[in-house]
Amino acid sequence: MEFAELIKTPRVDGVVLHRPFMPTVEGTLCLTGHHLILSSRQDNTEELWLLHANIDSIEKRFVGSLGTIIVKCKDLRVIQLDIPGMEECLNIASSIEALSTLDSVSLMYPFFYRPLFEVIEDGWQLFVPEEAFKDLESMTDEWRLSEVNKDFSVCPSYPSLLTVPKDIDDESLCKAASFRHGGRFPVLSYYHKKNGMVMMRAAQPLTGTNGRRCKEDEKLINATLCAGKRGYIIDTRTIAVAQQAKARGGGFEQEANYAQWRRIHKAIERSNVLQEGLIKLVEACNDQSHSMDRWLSKLEASNWQSNVKEILTTACLAAQCIDREGASVLVHGTEGTDSTLQVTSLAQIILDPACRTIRGFEALIEREWLQAGHPFQQRCAQSAYSNGKPRSEAPVFLLFLDCVWQILRQFPCSFQFNENFLIMLFEHAYASQFGTFLGNSVAERLKLLLSQKTVSLWSWVNRPQELERFLNPLYEPNNLVIWPSVAPQSLLLWEVPLQMHEMPKEHMDCEISMC
Amino acid sequence: MVEQVKLLDRFSNKSVTGTLHLTATHLIFVESNSTSAQEIWILHHHIASVEKLSLTTSGCPLLIQCRNFRLVHFVIPRERDCHDIYSSLLRLLRPVSYDELYAFSYNPKQNDQQREEGWQLIDLAAEFERMGVPCDQWQLTDVNREYKVCETYPRDLYVPITASKPIIIGSSKFRSKGRFPVLTYFYQEKKAAVCRCSQPLSGFSARCLEDEHMLQAISKANHNSRYIYVMDTRPKLNALANRAAGKGYENEDNYPNIRFQFVGIENIHVMRGSLQKLLEVMGTRSLSMTDYLVGLENSGWLRHIKAIMDAAIFLAKAVTDEGASVLVHCSDGWDRTAQVCALGSLLLDPYYRTIKGFMVLIEKDWISFGHKFADRCDQLDPDPKEVSPIFTQFLECVWQLTEQFPQAFEFSEWFLIQIHEHVHSCQFGNFLGNSQRQREDLQLKERTYSLWAHLLSEKQNYLNPVYSPSFAESHPVLEPSTQAYHFKFWRNMYHQYDRSMHPRQSILKHVLTLKESNRELEGTVQALKTKLQTFGVSTSPLKPQTPPRERSHPPRPQSLILGAPLLSRKEVQQEEDEEVFGEEAREDAPASTGRERTVEGSSATENGYGELKGSFDSKNEPAVVTLEFGVARMTC
Repeated sequence: MEFAELIKTPRVDGVVLHRPFMPTVEGTLCLTGHHLILSSRQDNTEELWLLHANIDSIEKRFVGSLGTIIVKCKDLRVIQLDIPGMEECLNIASSIEALSTLDSVSLMYPFFYRPLFEVIEDGWQLFVPEEAFKDLESMTDEWRLSEVNKDFSVCPSYPSLLTVPKDIDDESLCKAASFRHGGRFPVLSYYHKKNGMVMMRAAQPLTGTNGRRCKEDEKLINATLCAGKRGYIIDTRTIAVAQQAKARGGGFEQEANYAQWRRIHKAIERSNVLQEGLIKLVEACNDQSHSMDRWLSKLEASNWQSNVKEILTTACLAAQCIDREGASVLVHGTEGTDSTLQVTSLAQIILDPACRTIRGFEALIEREWLQAGHPFQQRCAQSAYSNGKPRSEAPVFLLFLDCVWQILRQFPCSFQFNENFLIMLFEHAYASQFGTFLGNSVAERLKLLLSQKTVSLWSWVNRPQELERFLNPLYEPNNLVIWPSVAPQSLLLWEVPLQMHEMPKEHMDCEISMC
Repeated sequence: MVEQVKLLDRFSNKSVTGTLHLTATHLIFVESNSTSAQEIWILHHHIASVEKLSLTTSGCPLLIQCRNFRLVHFVIPRERDCHDIYSSLLRLLRPVSYDELYAFSYNPKQNDQQREEGWQLIDLAAEFERMGVPCDQWQLTDVNREYKVCETYPRDLYVPITASKPIIIGSSKFRSKGRFPVLTYFYQEKKAAVCRCSQPLSGFSARCLEDEHMLQAISKANHNSRYIYVMDTRPKLNALANRAAGKGYENEDNYPNIRFQFVGIENIHVMRGSLQKLLEVMGTRSLSMTDYLVGLENSGWLRHIKAIMDAAIFLAKAVTDEGASVLVHCSDGWDRTAQVCALGSLLLDPYYRTIKGFMVLIEKDWISFGHKFADRCDQLDPDPKEVSPIFTQFLECVWQLTEQFPQAFEFSEWFLIQIHEHVHSCQFGNFLGNSQRQREDLQLKERTYSLWAHLLSEKQNYLNPVYSPSFAESHPVLEPSTQAYHFKFWRNMYHQYDRSMHPRQSILKHVLTLKESNRELEGTVQALKTKLQTFGVSTSPLKPQTPPRERSHPPRPQSLILGAPLLSRKEVQQEEDEEVFGEEAREDAPASTGRERTVEGSSATENGYGELKGSFDSKNEPAVVTLEFGVARMTC
């Protein structure tokens, strides 16, 4: 397919661009296969490059022959283009609509993007499981790297290499996999060096209504306990939801079969509910009534802040079990690809100072999100402005970043990166020139040959000239466990991604001048 | 003195044991644990209420609520001790005469000259001069020199040149409490005036020619606009109701050239109730996000804050966009009027956003124009119906502005919080009494000290590190957004003493420390240069260097900001400075030592993430009912 076929009008002069908090720009609008470009003719300094992939939806309006297109982006930016000429406007609109809804991944911009910089350190090779395992080996010999999933047949959403207890053979792993949703058997997520406790993650066990059990699964997780030690299973769902899951073949660990484990249920929302929450939140932010009561009740109805609180609380609980109770933890929800990963990754930020550095945080994203099989492509296909019927879209990753931001706000000197870094990750998860967030699993990424055909986000971010704007000037390494407050009064609304301000220009973090 | 007293944490199950001391001015709790030895000093004037709860097995609980939003919960082992403390406190916290207030016994070891200098810091005549008054249109009138026309106004008042004495006196008779229209701020650029007064005694049809002349005179004093705005800051309904009592608002038919406007700020009783609701919600243990947001909404607190801000924005727009003069009033003209005039002036004039300027603003619109601090802040012989957080709301509005314009203010929120602290502390003379006249009768300048001198002496504690004076040049007038989401809950005010809720590390503190050490190092460089030069060695121009971040322990300013409770302790016991410093330093000990230690105020148990044991037996989880570990069984 040729992009040219979809571009009905490649270029219009005299287009006026309106952006919030910025002066209007008049210039020429150009459409390419992947970008909407607006450049002002006078001085060529004002240019807008917008990826079609970033466009969530558009709205058309006409006043006489002047058309207006309002472009609503997945990163929640909203811009307005005034286009002279009704025909041009209609053409542009339909071209944008076609180009922003291409279905095939291989037509995405990352496959066409050629970097203008030299790739010195290839991001695709930066965070390989073997390296992470070497670190683990230096601390303990209780674990091994299993190749049981090397052709992705045991668990399609897991990577090919997995860290499992040394005493459990591959055959048992296969059996345990058949007992867990999507084959996601318990694997190591984090090893707490201080006391040797571990955090594992999995999907729900398939106990069903008749209480199936699986000896291998029991043996597998028991193998992570020292003799006489106890462990905690953190189920991210409420007991009611977990009960309901039984009817669909899922369920939770029965006490009788997992006698050494105590189960704790939390109430993290499922991903489909989260999407509605995001839509409501964005609506609330765009409410023009300026009424305090309306704002507060809409904010409350979106449940966004409740979700942030619940996710953080659960992560703190997991961290508390490990660090304070000296117990190992298994975390799961239903599929083990969403709320589970929010909890395991946030718990690591709390426990492990390494995760608060730029490299460490990248490694965490790579390990606990990309390789762990969070379905980025499905979750980030649409955002809050989409008119389409939601399928499996959900701001799971955005909520995770929000929680990180909350901790960052409470420990502003303990993170090597700043808020911009989190915003950058949010934007690239939804639309990017890099291949990092394409696909839903390691298997899919291999199939798409992403590491050969696209550039990794990390290859770009880690260049010193880019890193500069992501560094937190107040950073002082802090080797302690950091316990955030989860009181509602301590949690703030993360305003920057919601486009509420002329940010981040006036923001304190990046405007601290050492005068 | 009572020993073995338990202090319970408000939001967790933690408690510490210590000794309770009762002095003439303070209630002091000293923790027995020798390693941390926390001390809490509570000024009797800060105590709003003491409650003795029913006896428990561990002792007799005593609940103390303070006006600075501190809430302490003691458990005293013996009921008799508890009762003794309770009854002593009741006696101590209800002073019957001004002489009993702390300000009259407080002695910061200054001589009389220093004290006088403190009182001379703020000079309102100089302030009006700064605005450009007197001028060809406005003059100082001596009509109230003896407080004969209006006893709640100051002696010096500024009125239009054309307003003769008979007009002033006539007008004052037509206004509640004699508070006739006078100038409070002059916007020189457009010659527009911000004036204030109380409601007219118009009833349903009464008129007063002098009052009409007065408004005419204000209008004529500004050639840039044919009309003046009259802002009645009350809701229309309230103003209508007042008419029945012979009061009311200006009839546009009788006053040519006015544009009349209601702005709908609620009265002191609504505000008092609102704060009460807010505090109730925020004091709830294990508050859920939903209850928090719903409670915030139902309290109406932020709605009221926004209403005040909206009114001030209206005022500033009228003055700058239209060049029109504005006359503001409410009922008596000392609550809502003070809020709107002060906040409006702050939007108009960058000077009021500096530390000194803010003091001047409070001195002018609040103290001199007779905001009834004694009644509103419950200083003496309280009438509960008169108490209302009007001034607190003003401080909060300013805080909301500092959030929207982080570079516009010379001071940080701790300056506002500290002022709030002292409005209630009765430690300094500034806020005592209800009017200037009363303050003169009490001879406050001779018998007490000025807060402003005290605050200026520790100015470095209140600086905003990102303040940019050049911002004032590019934004002389602030135009805040009125989007509802810009109004936030002020945690550091209402939870100042609930440290578990605060950020564990403070950017503010950190940057101030860096700045301080940078300044010191620059001083060292300068000294070394001078030394070298005296030896005749030329020095190459050194670039000012920022200290490397790895420095484990940079020198820090004497008193640090985030330790807000420490600040308040410091203020009462200055000689304790060193100890305070020691404690702060411990909090900030370099983290890289690898010692087993969490950042101060931050521990897993304190935060109650769902306290493990609790979640086991909680009711909504019937699957795990057995308490003993390892013998869990299914019940569902």
